[in-house]
Amino acid sequence: MVAAAAREIQDGELVFVGMRLPMIAFGVAKRTHAPGATGLFESGVIRDTPAPELLYTMGDPSNLLHATFCGDMLSVMSLLQQGRVNVGFLGAAEVDRFGNLNTTWGNRNGQQIRLPGSGGACDIASLSQRTVVLLEHTCQRLVSRVGHMTSPGNGTGNGWRREQGLPRRSGPSAIITTMAVLRFGDDGEAYLASVHPGVTVEEVLSHTGWTLRVADELAITAEPQPEELAVIREIDPHHFWTKS
Amino acid sequence: MKGTAASKVVSMQQAIAEHVPSGSVVVLGAQLEQMIPFAAGHEIIRQGRRDLTLVGPISDILFDQMIGAGCVSRVMAAWVGNASAGMGYCFRRALEKRIPRAIETVDHTNLTLALALHAGAMGVPFMPTYTTLGSDLLKRNGNLREFSSPVNEERLVAVRALRPDVAILNVQRADAAGNVHLWGSLGVAIDGARASRKVIVVAEEIVAPEIITSDPNRTLIPGFLVAAVVREPGGAHPAPVQGYYGRDHAFFHEYHDQTRELDGFERWIKRWVMEIPSRESYLKRLGETRVESLRVREHAFSVPVDFGF
Repeated sequence: MVAAAAREIQDGELVFVGMRLPMIAFGVAKRTHAPGATGLFESGVIRDTPAPELLYTMGDPSNLLHATFCGDMLSVMSLLQQGRVNVGFLGAAEVDRFGNLNTTWGNRNGQQIRLPGSGGACDIASLSQRTVVLLEHTCQRLVSRVGHMTSPGNGTGNGWRREQGLPRRSGPSAIITTMAVLRFGDDGEAYLASVHPGVTVEEVLSHTGWTLRVADELAITAEPQPEELAVIREIDPHHFWTKS
Repeated sequence: MKGTAASKVVSMQQAIAEHVPSGSVVVLGAQLEQMIPFAAGHEIIRQGRRDLTLVGPISDILFDQMIGAGCVSRVMAAWVGNASAGMGYCFRRALEKRIPRAIETVDHTNLTLALALHAGAMGVPFMPTYTTLGSDLLKRNGNLREFSSPVNEERLVAVRALRPDVAILNVQRADAAGNVHLWGSLGVAIDGARASRKVIVVAEEIVAPEIITSDPNRTLIPGFLVAAVVREPGGAHPAPVQGYYGRDHAFFHEYHDQTRELDGFERWIKRWVMEIPSRESYLKRLGETRVESLRVREHAFSVPVDFGF
């Protein structure tokens, strides 16, 4: 999952790095195929090198040591709003068939539970050129329609983002789960693009909360390379963020 | 010490007693996960303030503690929880079960909260943005209003200006007049200070004015905006202060585990806030070994810049 996320970063790109797994994915990309990528953190930090140790939060002092820039929040958010950020990473409690995200009000066994909220997620989903979502693959997480739209994906389908006034070059690009990679069709709806090694299409479909379309040429997600795994293990040796 | 400006240095107890009455709108945690004013928040809890509105992008458990202690009636934030451990259980109890009381949430994004403070700092009624268009945040937050751009055909969101009563900022160093040197994670500290009617500065060190004026580019808050300066070493623990001490990750995770249930939170707040008269005794309770383990392991001083002419 982390290796697949890292591959969404191309060399030379500006990356809005979210908390948790994306912090590791950025480190993997930097040290393998995308050494020229630059990381932007909403706290105001810009880095050309991954942090020297595992980050629990983007405000850990090690994430500021040898950063190339350290300003305030608007100094990086302004670059995001201008459309300069190529890719932004997000987690979510729920994602739906159109890539909309919910991190505000969740549902557990029929009971409403209050989640922490947007943070910078709505900003990244609204404004970055491509948004990549990382989450566990279950019917509770991949739902037909989010209960609360914290962060906009493709709304109700093709053309919705433009109707709302969101930037022309922006929107969801991929959903990377513990089982598969989903991408988006021209109609704005997600489809199954690749399954991770050892996972069947049936398993993916039965763990998705809507009837997921499958690509005509379904791929198998490339295995993590030894080089990528080595970096993941080096960054997170005690598996704090990478549980498996 | 040279300089003619009157000293604003007071104790934490005095600063909170004088400048943070019940009902205040208070900015806390402006620098995101760094330099969170825990010592100030704990003093607010001990002084029994009520009906506060808390303003901050993310709060990393300080908001959770103040909500649990019953100090809060409203939260204007982008994210409330525990940054490395997950949810904030007091925040959840308040919203799901009205324990210890019902609170109102005004859900922002990091950018809309930054823009609300920026508008306040600029002295204008709103700032325009594209973020939140189409989202439920836009529908449910009355401080976000859609409008048509007066200079082209675009749809935009107006983020209403925010003028908080007081901003409380933890910083590395300040002089007695409140001129602040701050580095590391800045978040919304600069706009938070300028937008607010008053600023309380909580500094690791009080330094001579000459140190401040030796590097004026690092002075991020001018002293005339500041109402009180408190010297409080260790005042941000368990949050980090760049160049002074690291983040006590374990403390955040212990809080998460111990406050899952209401009685656990009550024990926690008694042990770490109510039974403790000051930050000094808090650090004693934390223990020398733990405090020592958080100290800077390897200094990384920047190269001085030359202001000569």
